[in-house]
Amino acid sequence: MAEIRSLHHRGLGRRTWVLLAVLAALPPLLQAAGLEFYTVVATRILAFAIAASSLNLILGFGGLVSFGHAAYIGLGAYTVGVLMDAGVTSAWIAWPAAMAVSALAAAVIGAISLRTRGVYFIMITLAFAQMFYFLAVSLKAYGGDDGLPLPQRSVIGLGAELKDDATFYWVALALFATVMAGLQRLVNSPFGWLLQGARENEVRVEAAGGRVFALRWQAFVLAGALAGLSGALLANLNGLVTPHLMHWSQSGQLMVMVIIGGAGALWGGPLGAAALLLLEELLSGVTLHWQLGLGALLLLVVLYAPRGLAGLGRKARRA
Amino acid sequence: MLEVKNLVKRFGALAATDGASFDVQPGELHALIGPNGAGKTTLIHQISGALQPDAGAIVFDGHDVTRQGVAHRVQAGLVRSFQITSLFKPCSVRDNLVLAVLARREGAPSWWRSARADATAHAEADALLVRVGLRALADRLAGELAHGEQRQLEVGLALAARPRLLLLDEPLAGMGPDESARMVELLQALKAEGLTLLLVEHDMDAVFRLADRISTLVGGRVIASGSPAAIREHPEVRRAYLGDELEAAS
Amino acid sequence: MDWILITEQLLNGLQFGLMLFLLAAGLTLVFGIMDMINLAHGSLYMVGAYLAAATAAATGSFGLAVVAAIAGTAILGMALEVTLLRKLYARDHLSQVLATFALILMLNEGVRILWGDQPLMLNTPAALSGPVELLPGLHYPAYRLLIIGVGLAVALLLWVLVTRTRYGAWVRAGASNRQMATAMGVNIRALFTAVFGFGAALCALAGALLGPLLAVQVGMGESILILAFVVIVVGGIGSVRGALVGSLLVGLVDTASRTLLPAALRQLASPEVASNLGPALASILIYVLMAAILFWKPRGLFPAHG
Repeated sequence: MAEIRSLHHRGLGRRTWVLLAVLAALPPLLQAAGLEFYTVVATRILAFAIAASSLNLILGFGGLVSFGHAAYIGLGAYTVGVLMDAGVTSAWIAWPAAMAVSALAAAVIGAISLRTRGVYFIMITLAFAQMFYFLAVSLKAYGGDDGLPLPQRSVIGLGAELKDDATFYWVALALFATVMAGLQRLVNSPFGWLLQGARENEVRVEAAGGRVFALRWQAFVLAGALAGLSGALLANLNGLVTPHLMHWSQSGQLMVMVIIGGAGALWGGPLGAAALLLLEELLSGVTLHWQLGLGALLLLVVLYAPRGLAGLGRKARRA
Repeated sequence: MLEVKNLVKRFGALAATDGASFDVQPGELHALIGPNGAGKTTLIHQISGALQPDAGAIVFDGHDVTRQGVAHRVQAGLVRSFQITSLFKPCSVRDNLVLAVLARREGAPSWWRSARADATAHAEADALLVRVGLRALADRLAGELAHGEQRQLEVGLALAARPRLLLLDEPLAGMGPDESARMVELLQALKAEGLTLLLVEHDMDAVFRLADRISTLVGGRVIASGSPAAIREHPEVRRAYLGDELEAAS
Repeated sequence: MDWILITEQLLNGLQFGLMLFLLAAGLTLVFGIMDMINLAHGSLYMVGAYLAAATAAATGSFGLAVVAAIAGTAILGMALEVTLLRKLYARDHLSQVLATFALILMLNEGVRILWGDQPLMLNTPAALSGPVELLPGLHYPAYRLLIIGVGLAVALLLWVLVTRTRYGAWVRAGASNRQMATAMGVNIRALFTAVFGFGAALCALAGALLGPLLAVQVGMGESILILAFVVIVVGGIGSVRGALVGSLLVGLVDTASRTLLPAALRQLASPEVASNLGPALASILIYVLMAAILFWKPRGLFPAHG
C-alpha cells in the first residue's frame, strides 16, 4: 500500500529548544576538545543548510527542478564582496543588500523560466546560472576567475566581532533557526499547501481557482533571497568570492544535498547539507578519490532511498 | 446563465468548433450530446477557459468571459470537472478537498497561518465530503479509491469552487451500473439544490433521465437544442446518431 | 576583418558544430526515445578521448586509437545501460539528473585513478599535421578538414539509418510513441541498449577526434555536455535533424562570436572593455540564443513529438 503524503509537516515541537541549546553549545564544546577548527566546518554546514533549504522550498515542496540555484548564492556573495570593496562593511547593510540582489535576480529569472516546464525549465535555469557565472569570470575588476578576496568579515557592531569564529557561528545559528522557523510556518500555511498541491497536480490547482504561476514565482523569489543570505555568509566564511560559487556543479551539489536530506521534507535541507559536508570531510581524509564514494552513495540514495534521510526517519518511526 | 455565441476554434485547417451556439438557463440541467468527433471536448475547453476560441463569445451571468483565463472564470462561478480524473493522488481525500477550498479563496493565500488548523476550510471540506457521499473514505489515499469513488471526489473538488454553473465532462465515463446509479443520484441531488449543470455525456439513458434540455453537437455546430422529447424526435439528431442509441433509450 | 579570417572562423564553427552533433545526436535519441536526461553523456566523450590517448601512446597509431576508443566506450555505455540506466527510465527527471550526476562524479574519479590528474597528450596524426590550401591565400589545417569530413559522413550515415532502414523506423516509432512501438513487436529493451551503445560510440568518436585539439583531461565532458543540451533543446528533443541544425547553429555562433565579437567590440569601445567583455558575451550569447529560440518555438525547432 502506498504512503499518504501529508501536506502538513510536523516540526520538532518542544525538542526544538533542546536542539538549539545543543547546537549553541557546540563552539565551547569543540574548543574544550581541542577541535576548534570544526567550528568553521559547523558554520559552513549552517550556511549550506540555509541554501539547501531554500532550494528544497522550490524543488522539494514546489516540484521545480531548478538547476541554477547556485547563481543566487553567488550573487549574494558578490554583493557583499563588491560592497566591501567599495567601503561598505556593515553587515546590516551588506547582508540585506545581498538578499535583495538575489531576490531581484530570482524575480526576473523566475518570471521568464516559470513559463516553461520539464526539461526546458531545467535548461533555462541552468542557462541563466551559466550567464551569471561567465559574467563573473569576465569581471576583471573583481578578480575574474581568481575572485575577489575580502579583507575582513562584515561588521555587525553590538560589541561583537565576526572575526571570532564562535561569534560567527552563533550569528549563523540564529539566522538558520529563524529561516527554519519561517520555513516551517510557510510550508504548513495555505500558501505552502497550495504550492505542494501544484507539485502534485498543477492543472487541478489551476482549475480550482488557484493561481499557480503567482505561487511558484513568489516561492522562487523567496528561495533566491534566502540563497543570497547564504551567499553573504559564505563570502564571509571563505574570505573570498569566486565565480566558482555559481558553477553548475555547485547547483548540482545543492540538489544532491536536497535529495540526500529528503526533498519535500522540512529538515531535508539541513540534513542533506550536514550529510554531504561531513561526508566530504570524512572521506577526503581517507582517500583522495572520495568523490567516487560520494557518487556511489548518491546513486544508491537515488535508486533505493528516494525520500532521503528524512524518509528513512519516517520509516523508522512507523516500524 | 451561460450563452455561447458562434464559437469558432480551428486547429490548422480543421474547424473543431464551427459556429457553435446554445444557452443554459439558470437552475436547469443541460446536457450536451453528440457523436464522437463532434468537438464536445474542444467546446468544453473553451467554455472553461482552457482554450481560447478564434471567434465568437462566451457570456456567463451577463459578463463576457471569452478572454478570461480559467482562474478568473472559476472565481466567477464557472467551474468544470474533468473527464479523466485529476486528483491529488498521494493525498488523503479530505486534504484533496481542503486544497480545493484553499485554492478557491480570494486574495493571496496566507504564508503564516496553519492550514491544518484552518477550521473554516476543514468545515467546508467536511460538508463537501457529506455532499458527495465520501465521508467514510475521508482519510483514505485518493489514488487508491475505486474508479467510481474517484469520480465522486472529482465532483467534490469541482463543488469546492462554489460553482454557479458546474460543467461536468463525462461524469459517468467508465462506470459500472452501481457506480452510475450513485452518480446519477448525486447529480439529481445537486440539481435539487438549485445548481445549474451543463453535462457532456454519452450515456443516453442517464442523459434522458436527468436533462431538462439537450443540445446536440455535430461537426462543431449545435444542430438542435430543446427538451428531451423534442430532441428524440428531431430528424437531424436521429440521422447523426443513426437512430440506434435514441431508440434504445426511449 | 578580411574574408580569410571569416572563412576560417566559419570552417572552425562547422568543425566544432559537427563534433557537437556527434554528442547531441546520441543525447537527443536517448532523451527522445527513453525520455531520459543523461548527464553522463559528456563523461562517455571523456572516456573516449582517454582511451584514444592511451591507445595512441601505446601503439603509436591514431587509427587504432580511434577504433579502440569507439569500441571501448560503446561497451562501457551498453554495460552502464543494462546494469544501471535501465532502472531510471521509469523515474522522474530529477532522479535521472541526480543519478547521472553521480555517474559523472564516479567516472571522473575513475579516470583520475587510472590516468592521474595531468592531462594526456594526443597528437594529430603526422600525415595530417600540415595545412591545406583550399583557395589561394586560404590555408586550413588538414586535420580539421578530416574532422569536418568525418562529421559530414556520420551525419549522412545517421540520416540514412534513421530514414531509410528498419532500425531507423523503430527508433522513430519509439521516439514518438513507445507503447505503440512495443505493441508492434519492436524489442524495446534491445533497441534501447543498442541506441545507447551507438550514442556512446559517437561520443567516443568526437572525443578521439577532438583530443588533439582540446586538452584530454578530467572534467572535459562537462562543458561540452551543457552545449550539447542547449543544442538538443534548441533543435527539438528527439529529432536528429534538429540536433544537426542546432549543432551547426551553436557551433558557428560559439566559434565565430569568440573571435568576431571582441574584434567588433574593439571598433566600438576601448580595448580593455573588449578584452574583458568579449569572451563573456561570447559565452552568454549561446544562452541568449537558446532563450530567444525557446521563446519563439517553445518545443525547439523540430520537435519530434509533433
